Amino acid sequence: MSEEKLLNLAEKLKADFKDGLIESVFAFGELTVTFARERLIEVLTKLKASPYNFQQLIDLTGVDYPKRERRFDVVYHLLSMTQNIRLRIKVETDETVPVASARDVYPNADWYEREAFDMYGILFSGHPDLRRILTDYGFEGHPLRKDFPMTGYVEVRYDDEQKRVVYEPVKLMQEYRKFDFLSPWEGAQYVLPGDEKAQQK
Amino acid sequence: MGVIVPPKGLDYGQAGRSTVEGYDPAVHDKFFEAVSAELNDKGFLVASADDVITWARTGSLMWMTFGLACCAVEMMQASMPRYDMERFGMAPRASPRQSDLMIVAGTLTNKMAPALRKVYDQMPDPRYVLSMGSCANGGGYYHYSYSVVRGCDRVVPVDVYVPGCPPSAEALIYGLLQLQKKIRRNGNIRR
Repeated sequence: MSEEKLLNLAEKLKADFKDGLIESVFAFGELTVTFARERLIEVLTKLKASPYNFQQLIDLTGVDYPKRERRFDVVYHLLSMTQNIRLRIKVETDETVPVASARDVYPNADWYEREAFDMYGILFSGHPDLRRILTDYGFEGHPLRKDFPMTGYVEVRYDDEQKRVVYEPVKLMQEYRKFDFLSPWEGAQYVLPGDEKAQQK
Repeated sequence: MGVIVPPKGLDYGQAGRSTVEGYDPAVHDKFFEAVSAELNDKGFLVASADDVITWARTGSLMWMTFGLACCAVEMMQASMPRYDMERFGMAPRASPRQSDLMIVAGTLTNKMAPALRKVYDQMPDPRYVLSMGSCANGGGYYHYSYSVVRGCDRVVPVDVYVPGCPPSAEALIYGLLQLQKKIRRNGNIRR
């Protein structure tokens, strides 16, 4: 039922936005539409109003594809409570090109955009207060970027002489180890006890 | 080491809890009978000062609620009627200035570390810290994270570590009893 609705919606979006709509994918019962970045606000404004009626912005986040020319996707999840359907919207961008802030259309985008800025360094133009929201004060880098080292750059410790918490470069007691037991280079190679008997037969 | 030094040659301790084998509710513990008799007879008890001091300390561990993550739920559970920390005289206090014990329950992040230290510095002496759960003990699951302190002992001195992810309320109670033992063992009035 909702599949039918979504396919109809995809057709309607194609007719409405024409060249503004770059790609429309229906997979796993979900509709994902990629729009041109320049037309994002126009698209969102139209989608919020009748006849689309996507009243809620459920989530706004980023995705990092470091190999792509424009490495970031900004993803918007919309919900229409009156029609009981959901829609995913994607916009491409990179580190320097800002995306228009969706805050004036969906006010809750404010903090979501701050989070996306904090985690990926995606810029949003027209945002009233674009600063970090989750990471430490004075934090450097954007932790969810693929090129950000997992352990970060600094760690904290209480310094008894200075009587305060100090920041120092990361010093690990033991390197991070990743166990991939399915890999032929790391998986168990030895014959399990009892297996040799099965081969003798 | 007990609060009251028992008279010499007194066979005490045989009337233990109901879980002890050979428990007989009719048999009274001779130690407690002797204490009771002494109190009835003289109206006072004689004990060493540091025993009384440590007894007072262990019996009123006001703990500060420093719940940082899911461990806090187990910490609350430990203070709820089923495990009932209050029977050991431990009551939650909302202010560090009124508490003796800080239970660091959960993941300590870099952003929280200065706040944790500030709160610890506000606690009056003697003060104790109990580190609860893997994250507070050594970073745990988030050991290699960019935003988590690898053990709260980097920020505050820790007395007791309770392992687990999260530790059950029983484990926390056990850790607190260990802390009481520690206080009894090295009780002093030095600040």
